[in-house]
Amino acid sequence: MDDARTLTPPLVLGNKSPARVTEDICAAMEHKPSPAWWAALLIALAFLLLGAVAVSYQIATGIGTWGLNRTVGWAFDITNFVFWIGIGHAGTLISAILFLLRQRWRTSVNRSAEAMTIFAVICAGIFPVIHMGRPWLALWMFPYPNTRGPLWINYRSPLVWDAFAIGTYFTISLVFWYVGLIPDFATIRDRSKSAWRRRIAGFLSLGWNGSYRTWNRYETVYVLLAGLATPLVVSVHTIVSWDFATSVIPGWHTTIFPPYFVAGAIFSGLAMVLTLMLVARKTMRLEDYITHRHVGAMCKLIIATSGMVALAYLTEFFTAFYSGNPYEQFAFVNRMSGPFGWAYAVMVGCNVLVPQLLWFQRVRSNFLVVFVISLFINVGMWFERFVIIVTSLHRDYLPSSWSGYTPTPIEIATLLGSFGLFFTCFLLFCRFLPVIAMAEVKGVLKIGRDVHGSSQPLPPIVAPDAEEVLTCRQAAPIRFAQGEEGAQG
Amino acid sequence: MSRRILLAAFSSEDDVLGAVRTARAQGLRILDLYAPYAGHGLDEALGLRRSRLPWVCFWAAVIGAFLKLWFEFWTMAVSWPVNVGGKPWNSLPAFVPVTFEVMVLSAGISTVVAFLVVERLRPGKPTRVPMPGVTDDRFVLVVEQSDAAFDLRRVERLFRDCNAVTMEERLEEG
Repeated sequence: MDDARTLTPPLVLGNKSPARVTEDICAAMEHKPSPAWWAALLIALAFLLLGAVAVSYQIATGIGTWGLNRTVGWAFDITNFVFWIGIGHAGTLISAILFLLRQRWRTSVNRSAEAMTIFAVICAGIFPVIHMGRPWLALWMFPYPNTRGPLWINYRSPLVWDAFAIGTYFTISLVFWYVGLIPDFATIRDRSKSAWRRRIAGFLSLGWNGSYRTWNRYETVYVLLAGLATPLVVSVHTIVSWDFATSVIPGWHTTIFPPYFVAGAIFSGLAMVLTLMLVARKTMRLEDYITHRHVGAMCKLIIATSGMVALAYLTEFFTAFYSGNPYEQFAFVNRMSGPFGWAYAVMVGCNVLVPQLLWFQRVRSNFLVVFVISLFINVGMWFERFVIIVTSLHRDYLPSSWSGYTPTPIEIATLLGSFGLFFTCFLLFCRFLPVIAMAEVKGVLKIGRDVHGSSQPLPPIVAPDAEEVLTCRQAAPIRFAQGEEGAQG
Repeated sequence: MSRRILLAAFSSEDDVLGAVRTARAQGLRILDLYAPYAGHGLDEALGLRRSRLPWVCFWAAVIGAFLKLWFEFWTMAVSWPVNVGGKPWNSLPAFVPVTFEVMVLSAGISTVVAFLVVERLRPGKPTRVPMPGVTDDRFVLVVEQSDAAFDLRRVERLFRDCNAVTMEERLEEG
């Protein structure tokens, strides 16, 4: 350990002290926002407004304003839904799965990735609700005692499973995110000079004072939430894929869907994390926190998940060919060479071919190229969902019921509006909350550095006898003076 | 009852770890340690017991899953059975996804609520921190001056040897 050559490279550059971390991360909240931030917010708000107008119009008029027809009953709306849910999954991968795998580099990106999850799930949730056509009846999705019998929801339906999956996913993600924020709210409360910020952060910090007994239980809660979120994230996209797989549509009715969807979700989400991180590190001066190591690690995850997605594309074709089912075979020939063949080409190009560039170290270390690749993947993964949904539906069994599909401007405006909502939320998050989990980053500062601090060898751990072990736990809580300043009375 | 306490602030995780171990070895009564982040090995050094919150999580998961499964069975097979494509009333495999989701939801929420309850954390709770900076970069170790044999000078020297930044003797309020 003492040999500098054997040390792992540091996770955070610039030889920072914990106090410096607090300064750096809080700077974004305490200073006036830059003109670039205002410009970005205004653009995002403009798109959000466009989406709000489009959604209001289609709710007032009906979903006949969409390009759907009798054959293609799902298109843009469900594509957007699956796309946004997928984006969210990388946030949970980073916050929960990498936490359980003890990948400590995640500390620099987990807060913003979790925020991304929450905003993406909000965007996703809008689409099934407006797809209902009468969104004011959305409460019918809940099993509440009603005057119609009571007539209950049908628990055999994947659409009901989906409502529960998305609801649980959103709630657990939000709770996980908030639990992670509590110590940071306490930090903001104790350093803030503005009375308002101190009051709000104080309210949200729940009276956190950094007592180690609290930390001890907090760590347990964090592990438990990570352990719950990990199977949850797999279940959510599995259930989303069942919306399709439990039907009898050729191209949908296949057992590969759950792993295929989960891999695709994480793939697309990682691309979105990269897109956001690369912008955030530049504009918010977080270069020391989000380093080549973080970007490199995420690029490698993208290569892995891109490989899984490519394997799924091939397996689907093989299964169709091997099944001997002419409808299944036709669905895939049509997918590749039918009227939407161009969309299939975009999907394969963006999801399979372009990410292969990341095998090269020189590409991975050029952030501009990585950024462009991440945009390609975002586009490709949107088209993947579009291809799966629309090409499977538009020519299913009887040629007499085949049809085409063209999105209307209303649908495109709604998609743009969801991006507006997502970026509005994200920009507000960057401005008002700590984008990096300060309390977690402080814990990894020492990694890859010389052991500093105490020059004497540490005394050995006292063999704890039964009574002594309990002293700290049993002692009555200490009552310190209470004060707005958070200092001694 | 008021206690006389000694607060010692440290600026690094290693220093406070050394101080905790020294204090334990000297038989001092540690009341608490305040830290800006969860350091490595401090739980062990303080002799903190493993939290029992995993049991809350486990039983909340079991109870949540059981209740939801029962509810699904009751609504689909007892209260108002509806024939959906000739599927059996009690379509147990189809009830699994929702049961799983509710299990996770109930376990997660219950664990967090139990944590907030045992730690008495609630929105708007008045802030009581021992020293400024404890949520920034200071570790503050609090020991009780338990009896007449407590030699303040000697303890201060011990902590100074562990690189204590500041020390403060205080009478606990309350």
